[in-house]
Parts: sequence; structure tokens; C-alpha cells
Amino acid sequence: MKSLKAQGHAFSESTQQLEQLNKNGFEPFKEKLQNIGLFPLKPTGIDIFQMNLGKMCNQTCQHCHVDAGPDRKEIMTRETMQYCLDILAKSNIQTVDLTGGAPEMNPDFRWLVEEASALGKHIINRCNLTIINANKKYHDLPEFFAKHKVEVVSSLPHYTAFRTDRQRGDGVFDRSIDAMKRLNDVGYGIEGSGLEFNLVYNPTGAILPGPQASLEADYKRELKRKFGVEFNNLFVITNMPISRFLEYLLRSGNYEEYMQTLIEAFNPIAASGVMCRNTLSIGWDGYLYDCDFNQMLDLKVKGNSQHVSEFDFEALENREIVLDQHCYGCTAGLGSSCGGQTS
Amino acid sequence: METYYNPEDLKKFGKIGDFQKDLADKFFDYYGEVFKEGALTAREKSLIALAVAHTVQCPYCIDAYTSDTLEKGCTEEQLMEAVHVAGAIRGGASLVHGVQMMNQAKKKMM
Repeated sequence: MKSLKAQGHAFSESTQQLEQLNKNGFEPFKEKLQNIGLFPLKPTGIDIFQMNLGKMCNQTCQHCHVDAGPDRKEIMTRETMQYCLDILAKSNIQTVDLTGGAPEMNPDFRWLVEEASALGKHIINRCNLTIINANKKYHDLPEFFAKHKVEVVSSLPHYTAFRTDRQRGDGVFDRSIDAMKRLNDVGYGIEGSGLEFNLVYNPTGAILPGPQASLEADYKRELKRKFGVEFNNLFVITNMPISRFLEYLLRSGNYEEYMQTLIEAFNPIAASGVMCRNTLSIGWDGYLYDCDFNQMLDLKVKGNSQHVSEFDFEALENREIVLDQHCYGCTAGLGSSCGGQTS
Repeated sequence: METYYNPEDLKKFGKIGDFQKDLADKFFDYYGEVFKEGALTAREKSLIALAVAHTVQCPYCIDAYTSDTLEKGCTEEQLMEAVHVAGAIRGGASLVHGVQMMNQAKKKMM
């Protein structure tokens, strides 16, 4: 499967996606926030510095909001990483969240982890699992992660091969299980090891996710029973109606019903706890965004501090968060964030 | 094209209260209570609802409880097994009356 960009699909342009999201007459998200006194939405602080190291990936998943894949070449340079490290050195931000694409494919990935680790930061790496066994040069990633106490967060949309492979590609499930075993072997996901290994569930289709606790219990039971693998927590995430998932929704005739479901499930408690209130997202080219989804829609932060080279912590802490119709994805039902359900 | 069943009508279910509010309120309160987590889990109740939906052949209920069981983490295999439970009970309900037929046949015939 090729990325939308390689296909020359209209949705490879963020403006086309935003046009689609705004043309059906759905109630504007801003109005929903106005009704509960949350507009304009402001940050509560900047606790998480989420760096997107690039769109390059060894997988091409059906729902990917990044439109990542082997045909994407955009990656963060060491110069941009250095700007980020300088910001982190001067700030009290404790968590650095690395994502992609497959962040490990960035040639400066290990250097960045070592430097961020030397600053004493807690590092999260969003690892797609299959990168670990994709090539010999990645086989020692579990040991490298362990050395720097990196928290590993990995997508596994289901504990069955059928569902996982439909979303992430043929054979991905078996390779993911193999990678999980390698992570378990160095202590990841094993109680008492201090090495955190969390999985991410997102629905394999146009439905909302169910409650995190019961899904986590299913995952733990089934993965242990069938494959002998372990992990710490399951983060449940709602699929955002952007990029490839937006294309799927339209192609499958599910778009209007899915949007309506998200809107009807609007939850004020989830709205007050959205991740953009304590997270700053940095694009591969150094531009700043309120979240990774805004980044993919090219909705930069408001204000004059829009790039790591002009980082103004105070201005960013007081910015007004940029909203659009896709934001319904984070406020539906039990809420959704990179750390799972929010309410 | 006009049909007896319109998927859009499911969204209007709550409007049955426009003609008789008190009974509708009582029904929806009861409905909500029934599907809460109890001695049976919400997931088990949803699978029962899916099987019953097939027995009463309600397309609204089939759509609604297909989504609901999937959202609650059921697999496609579990959904189909629930439908087979409905099918087995329906088929069994017909066949068990075969005993009545046999009784009558034996009574009538030499």
C-alpha cells in the first residue's frame, strides 16, 4: 500500500481534509466548548514535549493519521533536534515523547535519546514493534531502550492476528509478538523491572473504543495465554477522522455516521482533559503544533512562537489552542489521548 | 426508494416519547438500567441483545448491537457464535414441536 501522498490523493493536502471536515453542517467544535465555558481552550502547562521525528516508516497502516510509510522521506535533522534539546535543557518539561513514522528510522534517533537521557528527562518512544525485527541494525533496540529507561508505547490494535493484520498489514501481528518477546526478555512489561511497556488499542473500523479497563483485561489474558507475552498498561485511543482514516470513512460510507457518533458522544469531562492542554507537538521540520493531529493538518500554534528556533515558553503556555472538527475525536465517550482514555 | 425500514429512523427512537412521554420515559429508564454492568457484564448483555435482535429480526437492533458488541471488545467470531445461539434456539424451537407432531401422528395412525 502506498501513502496518500504517493498516490497523489487529494487528502495528502491538509486543506482538502479540513474542507471535508467542515462541509457537512455538523455543529462546530468551538460551539461545543463555548457551551461548557471552555472556549478559548488554553493550556494548563507544557508537561510533554512530543517530537515527531519523521514520516518514514517500515509499515503503511490503514488508519495512519501521519500518512507514514516507506515512501515518505521527511525526517527531523540533527540541527532541529539540537534546538529541541536546548529548549528541554532550559525548561522544567519532564517528558519527551518521540513519535513518527518509525522514530527509530531517523539516523539521529539514538543520539537524541542519549542526549535527552543525559538531561534527566523521561523518554517515551512510540515504537511500532516490527521495526525491532525489520533489520539486524534494529535488533538491539530493546537493550538500548532499557539502558536509557525509555518507556515503550506500541500499537497493537487487537490480540488476534485477523484484526491487527487488517489494519497494519499482513504478517504484522506475528512480527509484533516476536518483538514483544524480545522486549519482555530484557524486562519490558515485567513487573518490578522498572521498564514500562504499554500497548495501544484503537478500533479496527468505524466504531468507538470500549472501556479501557475491560479491554486491558482481555489483552493481558489473551496475550499471556496464547503467546506468553506481557505488558503494563493498555492505552485506548479513538481513531481521528483525518488522513487515511478519513479516506477510509468516506470510501466505506461510514463518514457521516462516524462524525455524528463522535459529536453525540461529546463528553465535557473528556474535553477539559484533552492532551493539547499539557502537550506541545514538534513537527519533523521544527514547527510547533498543539497536538500531533493538528500537525498533520498543518494547523500551527497561534502566536509568534511557531518554530523551535523562536521558542518562547511563556507565550506558548498562554497560547490559544487551535481547534477544528477533528477535535471531536478526543472528546467522544471516555475521551482519547496519546496516553489513553481521559475520563 | 421507500422501504418499511429506514436506518435514519433508529436515531429517532427517543421520539416515541412525543406521543406518550410517561411510558417512553419509563421504558428508556428501564432499558438503561437493564444494560448496566450487573451480575452479567455489560458485554455479556450486549451479546445476548445481539442474539435476541436476530431472533426478533429487528434490523435496527442488529445494527446497534453489532456496533455495541464490537465497541465492547468482542471479536467477529464471538458475534457470529451469538447469532448461532439464536439460530440454534430458533431451529430447536421448531424441531422440538416435532414431538407434538409425532404424538399426534401416533394417535391418529394405526
